[in-house]
Amino acid sequence: MQSRLPIIVFAAFMAAIPFVPGMPPFWIVLLDNIGLAALVAMGLVLLTGVGGLTSFGQAAFVGFGAYTTAVLSTAYGLSPWLTLPLSLVVSGSLAVLLGLITVRLSGHYLPLGTLAWGLGLFYLFSKLEFLGRNDGISAIPPLSIGTFKMLSPGSIYYAIWIAVILSALLTMNLLDSRTGRAIRALRRGHVAAEAFGVHTPRAKLLVFIHAAVLAGLSGWLYAHLQRAVNPTPFGAQAGIEYLFIAVVGGAGYVWGGVLGAAIVVVLKEMLQSYLPLILPGSGQVETIVFGIMLVALLQLAPGGLWPWLMSFLPERSGGKKPDTSLKLEHRARAPGQSDILLQVDKARKQFGGVVAVNNVSFDVQAREIVALIGPNGAGKSTTFNLITGVLSATSGSVSVLGRKVDKAPPQEIVKLGISRTFQHVKLVPDMTVLENVAIGAHLRGHAGPIASMLRLDRTDEAKLLAEAARQIERVGLANQMHQLAGSLSLGQQRIVEIARALCVDPMLLLLDEPAAGLRHMEKQQLATLLRELRDGGMSVLLVEHDMGFVMNLADRIVVLDFGTKIAEGTPATIKTNPEVIKAYLGVAA
Amino acid sequence: MNTTIMLFLVQDGITNGAIYALLGLALVLVFAVTRVILIPQGEFVTYGALTYASLAAGQMPGTAKLALALGIGAFAFDLFVARKALHGRLILRSLITNIVLPAIVLALTVYFAAQKPPVAVCIALSLVIVAMIGLYLYRIAFQPLAHTSVLVLLIASVGVHLALQGLGLLFFGAEGQRGPAVLSGAFTAGALRFTGQSLTVYGITIAFIVGLWLFFGLTLYGKALRATAVNRLGARLVGIRTTLSGQIAFLLASVIGALSGIMIVPITTLYYDSGFLIGLKGFVAAIIGGLVSYPLTAVAALVVGLVEAFSSFYASNYKEVIVFMLLIPVLLLRSLAAPAVEEEKD
Repeated sequence: MQSRLPIIVFAAFMAAIPFVPGMPPFWIVLLDNIGLAALVAMGLVLLTGVGGLTSFGQAAFVGFGAYTTAVLSTAYGLSPWLTLPLSLVVSGSLAVLLGLITVRLSGHYLPLGTLAWGLGLFYLFSKLEFLGRNDGISAIPPLSIGTFKMLSPGSIYYAIWIAVILSALLTMNLLDSRTGRAIRALRRGHVAAEAFGVHTPRAKLLVFIHAAVLAGLSGWLYAHLQRAVNPTPFGAQAGIEYLFIAVVGGAGYVWGGVLGAAIVVVLKEMLQSYLPLILPGSGQVETIVFGIMLVALLQLAPGGLWPWLMSFLPERSGGKKPDTSLKLEHRARAPGQSDILLQVDKARKQFGGVVAVNNVSFDVQAREIVALIGPNGAGKSTTFNLITGVLSATSGSVSVLGRKVDKAPPQEIVKLGISRTFQHVKLVPDMTVLENVAIGAHLRGHAGPIASMLRLDRTDEAKLLAEAARQIERVGLANQMHQLAGSLSLGQQRIVEIARALCVDPMLLLLDEPAAGLRHMEKQQLATLLRELRDGGMSVLLVEHDMGFVMNLADRIVVLDFGTKIAEGTPATIKTNPEVIKAYLGVAA
Repeated sequence: MNTTIMLFLVQDGITNGAIYALLGLALVLVFAVTRVILIPQGEFVTYGALTYASLAAGQMPGTAKLALALGIGAFAFDLFVARKALHGRLILRSLITNIVLPAIVLALTVYFAAQKPPVAVCIALSLVIVAMIGLYLYRIAFQPLAHTSVLVLLIASVGVHLALQGLGLLFFGAEGQRGPAVLSGAFTAGALRFTGQSLTVYGITIAFIVGLWLFFGLTLYGKALRATAVNRLGARLVGIRTTLSGQIAFLLASVIGALSGIMIVPITTLYYDSGFLIGLKGFVAAIIGGLVSYPLTAVAALVVGLVEAFSSFYASNYKEVIVFMLLIPVLLLRSLAAPAVEEEKD
């Protein structure tokens, strides 16, 4: 959905720079360095800013790329163009290896883990005989096309910036796709993404590889620009520097990576060349000033410079509405062995000594609205988590259409046609409503990451967005479609979650307190919608505290108290049930 | 390899491990309380060590001036933040802690540096100077960022590290220094020779671990720090000043760093940039300890020290590779043992 015009203008501008008369060759060298750093930073934007995985180890991947081509083109005399795919493959496959370990690390282990292997690999580069130890490898052949050898910084300039602009385009295409939405959802935790079938470790590994391949590309270019490699630029310091390039530029934005690279490279260069004139005599003043400026910059613009700059541009009007005439195929129905959609049989969940759900049994039939009520702490949300596979039951079983699904992960449950909303809203606040809702249709699309990067996913993508738009209209939020989800009121965000759940094309909808935070009119609209859904053949299981809402809507009510089912029946019988009254109001006087 | 060499390596490993343990503890402490991954910890080490060595050699260390300069900066930050509600007591308190105190210390340093002071005075002055630097750094660099993400704090931490390392070169020059032993003398037990210095290292490490344990277990401030570590907002709601917790954490970390430096500098020559690697090894220990557990960090630090000692004997070329790669199986085990039930972060 990005406009292509600014990128074309930027590309033309970059292409024209070397032709400016009187352009100092030194500036071209700087631009080369900016391009190289921007490639790595772009990978980090995807990895850290978008995916939430902080890596200090990117310099090591630059090293893999650089050393691969250095060894192959010097010791084995391979053409640099042949070593390009090999450099990328080496970086990419080592990323798979390191990534398989790394992406499983949670929280703060992850950045520290990357720091550790980044350092280890740096020392490995500087100790291995065939990599030339600390001296590295020199006399690397230049890139050449026919007889034209890219010997000067000015001639390799185009190779570098074509790589930067192409990578930026591919990266942005990736982000604006089915896979991209899954990646963007990662930062907000696993639970919501997994509930819609996203395989989160796989998505994390994907961004890890993407970032590593970009770093490897930068390394390949670096080796042929310098025509020599040694371990120094691939150490921990460099890894940290790439990260702060991304943060300074704005870690969530692809162009932030490029901007950050420009700022950091130019700043360092200026400090190195001009500072000695102001403060003569001392060696490392530029490092000191650089460090201080970095801290100051973060205090002034903690989100990075790109979003800060963008805030000066006039706000662009929302994207265009997807063509809702496109139809998305229905989800493949699981063969049923039973008419009972959902059967919970003596489900029990213990957390240590606490029994959150105590041998609860109930079922949900086709075309039925069942409400699960009970005082706070009754175990309603835990029951939801047992059904949807977020938690696994200590004992007892959950069956869908007669098939036991006790140990199935959330990604499998949603494939059976059970989708849910969350008590605490789990939307991605910096994505639009449309994009958030489209995550719900994740399993109904098929385009992979490569197709997305190359824009071969457009028919698939258009159908997904059309389905999302249809569901948004159905819940009555058509006017908010292009707003950021974080800007909506809490009640509206709950409705967005319902639209997202509907995108699954579910047979059973699990709603966790859908009416909380809604105004009276909105509650009535919600009730109408849910009745329509039921009449259309869907079943609904909902947890709700608003008794008026529940009593008017539900066909059947299950009451939990302290994890135990105390009553089940029609609204009329529940209202007069003495056990229920006791649970809600205490013992009658 | 005979027993003597093995015992020698073990001894060497434990001495280094003890230092890593202290640094690891400090890193865990700072991270838990402020969410800052304290990369400048290494600079606290070198500043402590080189200030001590300079003083002992009768030279004026530049760090004392840095402390005053940072103090003035901290004072300015205090005034700026409180500009809408300035009152006399606040200004006076900030003036005393941020300007008067470092000015007195600077005067003392100038006075003592001229006359080759005794070891105890050198230690005391070095500790106070580095402690003040740590405190003011938190005020200037990190307190204004306290609400931001771990990533931003981390990058700020890198910035501080770069600035401090550059300043280190300015103050102490590119040549390495060694300081006098804190405790001279030695005795032998069997094949092993125990120097007074290595005994000091063991003693101080144990004292610090016990001290921290008592501090966190028994004192109100210690408990406030723990509360801040568990839940910042919750701590504020019950009236704990989280900025104070941050200041205490940085104060402790800088004292621990400086002390570690003072203990190493009689054993190994330290350069202005040696701290980074030493700090990182403390880091490795802290990670193995999961950034939360103090006893586990201490044990892990000893393991790191031992691995380093043995790999420097068997494969000295690959010493660092082995130490840092050691981490990967550990992390793998950790993540297998505790599959991610991840907290949601905003």
